[in-house]
Amino acid sequence: MVQLTLPKNSRITTGKTWPKPDGATNLRKFQIYRWNPDDGQNPRVDTYFVDMDNCGPMILDALIKIKNEIDPTLTFRRSCREGICGSCAMNIDGINTLACIYGMDEIKGDVKIYPLPHMPVVKDLIPDLNHFYAQHASIMPWLETKTNRPAKEWKQSIEDRKKLDGLYECVMCASCSTSCPSYWWNSDRYLGPAALLHAYRWLIDSRDEATGERLDQLEDPFKLYRCHTIMNCAKTCPKGLNPAKAIAEIKKMMVSRAV
Amino acid sequence: MRYLTDRKRAVGKGAAGTGTEHHWYMQVSAVGLALIVPTFIIIAGRALGSDHASVLETFSHPIPAILTALVLVVGLQHFRRGAQIMIEDYWHGTTKKAALIFTTVFSYGLTATGLFALAKIAL
Repeated sequence: MVQLTLPKNSRITTGKTWPKPDGATNLRKFQIYRWNPDDGQNPRVDTYFVDMDNCGPMILDALIKIKNEIDPTLTFRRSCREGICGSCAMNIDGINTLACIYGMDEIKGDVKIYPLPHMPVVKDLIPDLNHFYAQHASIMPWLETKTNRPAKEWKQSIEDRKKLDGLYECVMCASCSTSCPSYWWNSDRYLGPAALLHAYRWLIDSRDEATGERLDQLEDPFKLYRCHTIMNCAKTCPKGLNPAKAIAEIKKMMVSRAV
Repeated sequence: MRYLTDRKRAVGKGAAGTGTEHHWYMQVSAVGLALIVPTFIIIAGRALGSDHASVLETFSHPIPAILTALVLVVGLQHFRRGAQIMIEDYWHGTTKKAALIFTTVFSYGLTATGLFALAKIAL
């Protein structure tokens, strides 16, 4: 049976409340998940107060401010700070999203930040995404061709190129997969929304010549058919994509070659 | 702790090569049940509250009898496959296998019992 309660050493305790900055009048309270694998203690939620008169508008701005000015041990991933790299995906106010493009004005009350759910935590807000990336690699995320390479480039019509819109924009932030209950319970075998969206991106690419092999690799009760159209993936995607639709299109391709 | 590479762990034993048939059956049977179940409810509902002879007469007529048989067979096959998905979602290992065996036996048993009862009434 799936584990519905946290193991004893994963139960979250109340953490430290950090002092308010001197002289600040416009304060915002942040409650942030902390866990250090080296201290042997349970995870905790620390409370920080950020001076909003002296902080950028995005959640990532506040996290960087906390790290720079209050607590240098706070650990999180970030890189591009404009929603392209997908590094700063975390659970903010109950939603998996990118901290760099999620505005603080979108949240009422205290800001609660946790790592992406149901993933092993490396430290603080950093989840272990090795398995997630390996699943992505397993769907062959590259152009697979059998015809001899043309002299210049593999050509594609404007109409065929348009089919990739809504697919190629995925930045592999893992927000969708970690919001999916099917992925929570069966991530060892179910590929999850992100990997399947990428699988469809290559299936529908007019230049790719391995459609049959790709479908063969997905023809599995767990790899593909654990998607029950819950739609959390589409709801949470910070890029506004619809992985559930891509998965439904794969299922339609499967049926169309079988029936 | 098993020393497997991430890629090896992700690929596992590879694709089973099945799943589409199950998916398509659920789609088709869902559409079929959406048509036959309301019809069955109306016909069986009319027989509710009537005396024994009237109920026997209703179900000895070919259309209600065939409809009842279809609801039993298609409905319980749909149930079996749907329950299989739920069991596979939440249970793992030996518990999963035992639950799948129980659901299969239960579904076929109920289908056989229902068809036997129907045959006794209709024939």
